[in-house]
Amino acid sequence: MRTSLLLTTLILLALCCAVFSLLSGSVATGWGDLLAALSGNADPTTSVIILELRWPRTAAAFVTGALLALAGGLMQVLLRNPLADPYVLGISGGAASGALLAMLLGAGTLLLHGTAFGGALFSMLLVFGLAHGSGSWTSHRLLLTGVVVAAGWGALIAFLLAISPDAGLRGMLFWLMGDLSHAGTPLAGGVLLLVGLVTCFGLGRSLNTLAHGANVAHTLGVNVDSLRRAIYLLASVLTASAVTLAGSIGFVGLIVPHMLRLLGVRDHRLLLPAAALLGGSLLIIADTLARTLFAPRQLPVGVLTALVGVPLFLLLLYRTRNGTGTREYG
Amino acid sequence: MSLLVAQGLTVSIAGIPVCHALDLVIEAGERWCLLGRNGAGKTTLLHTLAGLHRPDSGSLSLAGEDLSGIANKTRARQIGLLPQDHTDAFPATALETVLTGRHPWLGALQWEGTDDYRIARNALATVDLADMEARSVDTLSGGERRRLGIATLLAQDPQLLLLDEPANHLDIHQQVRMLDLVRQQAVSDSKALCVVMHDLNLATRCCDRFLLLFGDGESAQGDATAVLTRENLQRLYQHPLHRIEGPTGTVWIPE
Repeated sequence: MRTSLLLTTLILLALCCAVFSLLSGSVATGWGDLLAALSGNADPTTSVIILELRWPRTAAAFVTGALLALAGGLMQVLLRNPLADPYVLGISGGAASGALLAMLLGAGTLLLHGTAFGGALFSMLLVFGLAHGSGSWTSHRLLLTGVVVAAGWGALIAFLLAISPDAGLRGMLFWLMGDLSHAGTPLAGGVLLLVGLVTCFGLGRSLNTLAHGANVAHTLGVNVDSLRRAIYLLASVLTASAVTLAGSIGFVGLIVPHMLRLLGVRDHRLLLPAAALLGGSLLIIADTLARTLFAPRQLPVGVLTALVGVPLFLLLLYRTRNGTGTREYG
Repeated sequence: MSLLVAQGLTVSIAGIPVCHALDLVIEAGERWCLLGRNGAGKTTLLHTLAGLHRPDSGSLSLAGEDLSGIANKTRARQIGLLPQDHTDAFPATALETVLTGRHPWLGALQWEGTDDYRIARNALATVDLADMEARSVDTLSGGERRRLGIATLLAQDPQLLLLDEPANHLDIHQQVRMLDLVRQQAVSDSKALCVVMHDLNLATRCCDRFLLLFGDGESAQGDATAVLTRENLQRLYQHPLHRIEGPTGTVWIPE
């Protein structure tokens, strides 16, 4: 019962955030305009503003936030490390290097998406291969390999920024901080998100055992090696897809799963879908603020995720500082 | 049919021999104790029996079937392990932790049902943690966490219970209570136990068969009168021991 209550609340929250986003912008629009646009009765200008400008961006924000929060939750279980986020293993570094290289060569949006996604997948396979090596696939080994590969990408990104002409730097920096202004309707991302959610639902109980450690999971009958590989692949593809949509938006993947844990949600069958909903909502709010606060100037959404997320997270942490976390959902 | 049979089992870890060509037969209802010095390989052998560590050579069979060929889930219904120590990266509540013990009994997409909750709550009550089910594991004391681990193993309900130093962190009363509890599993439900322990007096209280790992690959096994001799134990621990007949049976005291 508490499970469905929490999910219903989060779905309502996501809808409220979406409406807030659809109604906000430089052109004043009200409830009437929104309903008219949705039913096809609005005047053409309002219709274009709501359905063709704001709707794709709102959907992209939701999908990106959901992908990142889901991937973050998965990475934290995989690495059994509360500091893990979707980017800790270098996925975003690979994507960023690909994207910046494409920008440097003056490529168009489509090619940029392709190189970003390709860079992310390349980084994923590189870390996977290196961490596998000849020894066993422990969380520590994977984490160290990922962190070192990410540092390598960081150097490459700095190099690409250094040799880029000044004119291109602004676009590159926006991409690195995360920016939804060129995202477009997130069809592929949405499909991947659904696939991810369904998979997580199937893996949920095994993930609960893995959170207690590989040996515990094994003695409870989980095939730990295949489970870890599945989580790694899934989290990587989700992250790659999010980064391709909107650049490296930080913070969402790290804090959203923790916010839910602080609220007492620890069962991964509930935690992961809840994280997707909350991550999506958070990113819609952040992006709406990013495009309206200093309009007509737009801020990179990555700046806002931290500005919105940091106080929210600290408040939650402060409220549960005694560590008992007595509220439970189950 | 014997529950677990090891034939010619040779196990080593980091180049150090644990046992050499060990033959071991664990029958239902038997209570085995693994004794040895620090670093003799007790945990490694226990993990080998649990299918967590690959033996160098030899075979292990569970109810007549080769252990490595048995599906994980089937194995987990037969063999359960209480690890020596473990930390939770993301602490769950006591009840959620015990419910993980039901994992091998549930289908892939199945959620825990009323039966599973009943079994988990019973297990918590058995280890005196009934009123702590909503507490987060990281707020429990070391001894309470140990009892929670035992409750999880009881909820898993395997035929063979492998326990790695179950009395760690427990006070004297709980040491006796928890060991009597697992002993009872063997006596009344004909389950088998294999317990790693350092306290000889608790060991003789709980177990009736002993496997001594001397740390050089050699081992001795049998009941208390056969293997718990002063000579064997002094060789085992490299420390002089005194044997005293106490009101509860034989007691060993280090010099």
